[in-house]
Amino acid sequence: MSNSLTFVPVTNMDEKIRHILEILETDARTSPEEIASLTDMSAQEVSQAIVKLEETGVIRHYKTIVDWDLVGENYVYAVIELKVTLERNQGYQAIAERIYKFPEVRSVRLLSGNYDISLTVRGKSMKDVAFFVAEKIATLDQVQSTSTHFVLKTYKEDGVILREPETIERLPVSF
Amino acid sequence: MRPSCNPSKFVADAVKEIPPSGIRRFFDLVSGLEDVISLGVGEPDFITPWHIREMCIHSLEKGQTSYTSNYGLPELRDELTRTYYRRYGLDYDPSSEILITTGVSEALDIAVRTVVNPGDEVIIVQPSYVAYMPSVVLAGGKPVIVSTHRDDEFSLTAEALKPAITDKTKAIILNFPNNPTGAIMEQEDLEGIADLVVENDLFVISDEVYECLTYGGKHVPFSSLDGMKERTVMLNGFSKAYAMTGLRLGFAMGSPEIIHSMMMIHQYCMMCAPTTAQIGAIEALRHGKEEMERMVREYDRRRHLIVRGFNRIGLECCNPKGAFYAFPYIGNTGLSSSEFAERLLDEKKVVTIPGDVFGESGEGFLRCSYAASVNDIKKALERMEDFVDGLKQ
Repeated sequence: MSNSLTFVPVTNMDEKIRHILEILETDARTSPEEIASLTDMSAQEVSQAIVKLEETGVIRHYKTIVDWDLVGENYVYAVIELKVTLERNQGYQAIAERIYKFPEVRSVRLLSGNYDISLTVRGKSMKDVAFFVAEKIATLDQVQSTSTHFVLKTYKEDGVILREPETIERLPVSF
Repeated sequence: MRPSCNPSKFVADAVKEIPPSGIRRFFDLVSGLEDVISLGVGEPDFITPWHIREMCIHSLEKGQTSYTSNYGLPELRDELTRTYYRRYGLDYDPSSEILITTGVSEALDIAVRTVVNPGDEVIIVQPSYVAYMPSVVLAGGKPVIVSTHRDDEFSLTAEALKPAITDKTKAIILNFPNNPTGAIMEQEDLEGIADLVVENDLFVISDEVYECLTYGGKHVPFSSLDGMKERTVMLNGFSKAYAMTGLRLGFAMGSPEIIHSMMMIHQYCMMCAPTTAQIGAIEALRHGKEEMERMVREYDRRRHLIVRGFNRIGLECCNPKGAFYAFPYIGNTGLSSSEFAERLLDEKKVVTIPGDVFGESGEGFLRCSYAASVNDIKKALERMEDFVDGLKQ
């Protein structure tokens, strides 16, 4: 395992832990005080629980979903499908590692079906992305073929819909 | 020219007897105000889960817009049978013991009409949802009120119920988890009531529409108690658990005799429940559990927020174990429920419902719905704190 964190499975997940995780998954910036008021815990208990969740690797990372288009940073994304041949004594992990160490690569997944690995690549221009794939990915020994699909528009990212959410019109008073 | 007349003389006496709804006045007060935060809403603030809406849309595209059986779609009744067997081990025959209705509102109306003869007394436990009294009055029955109290966390005790029973008592209407108090009933207390029901040969109409919205405690259907299935009609629906209020879908479960009699009324006043909504309900029962549980956990968090908030600002509030209402005590402010709610709306633009709307025993309390966003609840609490502080000066 290349992972430095020890994975401790949380069995019989406490209902309060589930609340904390759901709140942070929706908004990672929610303060311990606010989480405390939503879960009937003290802020200290919440902080301790979060530290433990971070240490055990249940919480892997906090990130921000940015709409770069709005600040004029027009990143280009592409989904690349790879067919690979495995070498003796080496599983998919080895090729995945080679690929995910490139910072241009945003995600790497092993898939069932017609091809083996799917990656998302980010670059400053289509040319950028195309050259990266041609020079760095297609040339890897294990890679049989690549197929590059440029992303034209992202509608939903990591569970977040990138436009105004649906609203509901309710009567202000009802029984 | 023929003489004009006053059409109100054509209105039947029973309808004239229905007291005006305390809510009408609030509607008028709210309209036109800006920046209002409402804790006065009796429905979820979630939109119906997409997979349910999508199924309804698909059924419309396929042209599934005709009547269904009077009893409701067989697939929906089958799903309900399976669901209640799985949840509680209850065994209702889908062909004779389930009736699909247009919301719980219709189910309530026809259940009351099915069992009440003119002059029969029907016990209504208050504070409770506002439709029970009018339903009984319209059926020619006589409502008899039994109150629950804060000291019992608004649950009903056999001792409180017993003195209200006379030889004219025909039925009791129960509503747990309760709107507006959020109270639920423990099995032990329900057993005491079941004993009285048998001793006095009574029938129970149990409105359990908030069944799925409990926090910590587990809901006990009245009909699951020993000997209560044939003495109970359970009324329930999809509005609260699956955020489907506007789709208007409810159901009744009971003995074949009662369900058949209810269907006799239903077939003439309603024909069948809305077909689109019935298809959505099948989808809700088959695949809606996860979304529903997610909504319940979200309500649970807001419940903690609002209850802690009320106690912090000096409005004593016990922990409601069901529904999505907090019922804080405002009696020590020196204002009545109506005065408090009206001034709060006027001065701070927060809508709450005065407790006495739900029966005299609700006086001194406010119904505050936490089916509202966390931000709105926080803002409402701030404004209420200002208001309460202002009263002290």
